[in-house]
Amino acid sequence: MAGAAVQRRLTWLVAEVVDLIEETATVRTVVFEVPGWAGHLPGQHVDVRLTAEDGYRAQRSYSISAPEEGTRVEITVERVEDGEVSPFLVEDLLVGDRIELRGPIGGYFVWEPGRDGPVQLIGGGAGVAPLMAMVRARAAAGTAEPMALLYSARSESDIVYRAELDAIAKASDGIEVTYILTRSWPPGWDGFTKRVDREILEEVAIPPHLDPTVFVCGPTGFVETVASILVDSGHRPDRIRTERFGPTGEP
Amino acid sequence: MTLEVHVDGNSLAGLFHDLFGREMTEEECCCDSCGTVSPLGAVLVYKGPADVIRCPACRNVLMVIVASANGLQVRFQSLRWMAFTGRAE
Repeated sequence: MAGAAVQRRLTWLVAEVVDLIEETATVRTVVFEVPGWAGHLPGQHVDVRLTAEDGYRAQRSYSISAPEEGTRVEITVERVEDGEVSPFLVEDLLVGDRIELRGPIGGYFVWEPGRDGPVQLIGGGAGVAPLMAMVRARAAAGTAEPMALLYSARSESDIVYRAELDAIAKASDGIEVTYILTRSWPPGWDGFTKRVDREILEEVAIPPHLDPTVFVCGPTGFVETVASILVDSGHRPDRIRTERFGPTGEP
Repeated sequence: MTLEVHVDGNSLAGLFHDLFGREMTEEECCCDSCGTVSPLGAVLVYKGPADVIRCPACRNVLMVIVASANGLQVRFQSLRWMAFTGRAE
């Protein structure tokens, strides 16, 4: 891994909001300009810290959803009901606001273009965020390794990055995108319409004999279900990397 | 009643960095109860007043990290060893 991205001491940086993208009714992408940002790898995240007027602090970890681009850092956040931090980020934050963040953080759930053979990405709900950094990095680099994204959402309107993902898939550059809708789907929808299961994974995921690296990210129940099916289907446990988002937004 | 739902060691990458001075999520640790070896990024983390870190295989408690006014206290429980290979660097 690039030394510059991990060796520094973690220091809090001031990040200015430069863009806000309403992705779905509950998910927003926040784009920061972060002077002093040292760059990052797809899959890494940031710690975000909010300080109230009385000094009370709340801190959360968010995946970075786009590959390195200068001092620009973007995160995609789903509003968690009764959350301490996400409602502020999704509803109240304005362009021009400044908050504190530090990073990049993490080395386990990380991928770089050109690394180690085929890549299967499996995301549930807002868990697609770090996977999107990997998809975007692979699309930009144009490297040869096959990549497939399997993305489970509640309904069509809950699919984050839909237009961009469709365009990437259409470009036929070795990146495949498959959607699963679990709660409702439009008339004529020809994709999967149930919760992820062994049948879906064995039909569309890159098979074990090709020895893909598999990244699974989403709500805890989703991640553990998928990981256990993958192992039962013959994927090597040490090729499966997981990131659990907790109870939020079961896809 | 809200059921406690765990996350994983990825969520503590920043805290591990504070404690050990560098990126730790690819480093492995070994559960003293069942012998399972896991990367720190893959251990289970139960968040609450303290962060309770459990073995992903047998769910025994490996470590508990408690934050207080005096700083952090790390309680090592069912942790046989932790590696520091520096391979992430």
